[in-house]
Amino acid sequence: MSDDVRALARARWRVALGLSALVFALYFGFIFAVAFAKEAMAVEIVPGLSIGILAGALVIVGAWITTWIYVAWANAHFDVKLSALNGKGAKR
Amino acid sequence: MTSPPATSLGEPNFTAILFFFAFIAATLAITYWAARRTKTTEEFFAAGRAIGGRQNGFALAGDYMSAASFLGIAGLVSLSGFDGLIYSTGWLVGWPVVLFLIAEPLRNLGKYTFADVVSFRLRQTPVRVAAAVGTLAVVAFYLIAQMVGAGNLIKLMFGISYELAVVVVGVVMLAYVLFGGMIATTWVQIVKAVLLLFGAALLCVLTLAQFDFNPSALFAKAAETYGRDVLAPGAQVANPWDTISLGLALMFGTAGLPHILMRFYTVPDAKAARQSVFWATGLIGAFYLMTFVLGFGAMVLVGREAITAIDKGGNMAAPLLAEALGGTGLLGFIAAVAFATILAVVAGLTLSGAAALSHDLWVSVHRKGDAPREEQLLVARAATVVLGIVAILLGIIFKGQNVAFMVGLAFAVAASGNFPALVLSIFWRGFTTWGAVASIVTGTVASLLLIAVSPTIMMDLSGAESALFPLKNPAIVTIPLGFAVGVLVSLLAPETSAREAYDAKERRMIMGAE
Repeated sequence: MSDDVRALARARWRVALGLSALVFALYFGFIFAVAFAKEAMAVEIVPGLSIGILAGALVIVGAWITTWIYVAWANAHFDVKLSALNGKGAKR
Repeated sequence: MTSPPATSLGEPNFTAILFFFAFIAATLAITYWAARRTKTTEEFFAAGRAIGGRQNGFALAGDYMSAASFLGIAGLVSLSGFDGLIYSTGWLVGWPVVLFLIAEPLRNLGKYTFADVVSFRLRQTPVRVAAAVGTLAVVAFYLIAQMVGAGNLIKLMFGISYELAVVVVGVVMLAYVLFGGMIATTWVQIVKAVLLLFGAALLCVLTLAQFDFNPSALFAKAAETYGRDVLAPGAQVANPWDTISLGLALMFGTAGLPHILMRFYTVPDAKAARQSVFWATGLIGAFYLMTFVLGFGAMVLVGREAITAIDKGGNMAAPLLAEALGGTGLLGFIAAVAFATILAVVAGLTLSGAAALSHDLWVSVHRKGDAPREEQLLVARAATVVLGIVAILLGIIFKGQNVAFMVGLAFAVAASGNFPALVLSIFWRGFTTWGAVASIVTGTVASLLLIAVSPTIMMDLSGAESALFPLKNPAIVTIPLGFAVGVLVSLLAPETSAREAYDAKERRMIMGAE
C-alpha cells in the first residue's frame, strides 16, 4: 500500500522536476542570450520583429505549453492512479 | 507624426469618478454578501475552501497582476523598449514552477499559511516564528510598493493629495477584508482580473488597429522614431550578472509570495489547485504578452517626452495611451481599472499578513494550537485592522520611494527566504527544524543585507563612489545560500522524529487529508 503511494510520489516528482528543468532552461536560455548575445538579439526577422522580442514571446508560449503538458499528464495518469489507490483504501 | 494632445491627467475626470464609484459600490455589495457567509476562521482565511478551480485561476491573476506590472512594465517598455520585456517574461515563468513543485502539495498539507507546510513534522514554534518573519517581511515590502504606487497614481489621476489617496485605499481595502474576509477578497480579485484583462485587450486592439493589426509594424515604427536599439537589450542590462540575478528572483520569488500561496487553500482539493494555476498561467501570460504592445504603443502614439513630462518613471504610459486612443472617457476607465488593480492586490497581501500574525503566531505559537473558535476569528480580524493601519502608515512614511525597487526587494526576500525552505520541506526527508529556521532567517537577512550594500542603496541613494556588493539584485547569491544553509544545518544535526514522519507527510501530499 505505502509502496504504491511511494511509487506514485516518485512518478510525480520525476515529471515535476523534469518540466521545471525545462522551463528553467527555456527562461535562462533567453536571459543568457539577453545578457551575453545582445547583437544577435537585435537582428530583425522582418522589419520591427527582432529575435529578442520573438524569443521573449516564445518564453511565454513555452510556459503555457509546459503547464498544459503537466496538467494533461496529471489528469490522465496521476489522477487515475490516485483514484485507484483511494479505491483500495476504501475497501481495506 | 502628430504631436500628442495635452493630457487631462490630474484633473477630476467625470468618467473616472463614475467608474470609480461604480466599482466601489459593486465591491462593497459583494463584501456585504460575503460578510454574511463569513462566520468561521476557515471562511475568513480560506473562503470555506469552496472556490472553483477556474474562479481561483482568475483570482490568482487578480492577486498577482499588480500596478507594478500594468503601469510599471508598460512604462518601462515605453521608455527603454526591449529591456522591459525581461520583467514581462520573468513574472510569468514563476507560475509553471508554482504548478509543478508547490500548488498541490501545499493544498494537501496546509490550512492557511505556507508555514503549515514547512512546520509539518517539524517543531512548531521555531519554524512558525521564522516563517512568520519571512512572510511579514515580504508582505511589508510589497505593501510599501503597492501603497506608494497607489498614492502617486490616484493623486495623478484624480487630483487629490497623496496622503488622502493612501488613506482611501487603506480604508476601502480594510472594509473588504475585515468584513468579507477571503470570500470578498476573492471576488474583488476576480472582478479586477476581468476588468484589467478587458482594459488591456481594448488598448491593444485600438493600438494595433492603427498598424493593420501587425505588431511588427508597430515595433518597426518605434525603431524608426527612437532608433533600432529599442528592439534589443540595452542600458538596463549593462551588467549581465545583474540580469541573471534579477531573472532568478523573478522566477523563484513567485513561489515564495505568501499572498499567492494562500490562495491555494481556497479550493476544495489538489486537483482544483492544479486547475487554478493552469488558468492563472494562461491569463497572466496573455496579459504580459499584451504589455509588449501597450509599451511600444505608448512609445509611438504618446511619445517618450509626453510620458516623462507627466512622470519620470514612465508609470503613466498606459493611462496616457488610453487618452491618446479614446479620449478622456477611455482614460477614466483605465484609471478606475488601475485603482481596482491596487485594491485587489493590497487586500490579498493584508489577508496573508493577518494569517501569519493570527494563525501562525497567536494560535499556533502562543496558544499551542488550542484556541477557541471565536477567539481565532477575533484575533484574525484584529490582525487585519493592525495590518491595514500599518499599510496606510507605510504608504505615508515611504512616500517618494521607488516602487519597482520595493517590488524587487519583496521578490528577492520571497525567493531567498521562503522558497528554499518550502521546497526542502516538501522534497527532502532529512530536513530538520533548525535547518528550516536557518534557511528562512539566512535567506531573508542575507538578501536584506546585500541590498543594503548594493549599488542601488550605496551609489544611487547615498551617492558613494562604489558599492560593497556589485549587483542590484542579490538572488544569485542568496537563493543558493538559503538552500545550502538549510541542507548543511540539517545534516549537522539530524532530527530522527522528523525523518520518520516523512512517510506520513509524503502520503498526505499525494492522497490529501483523509
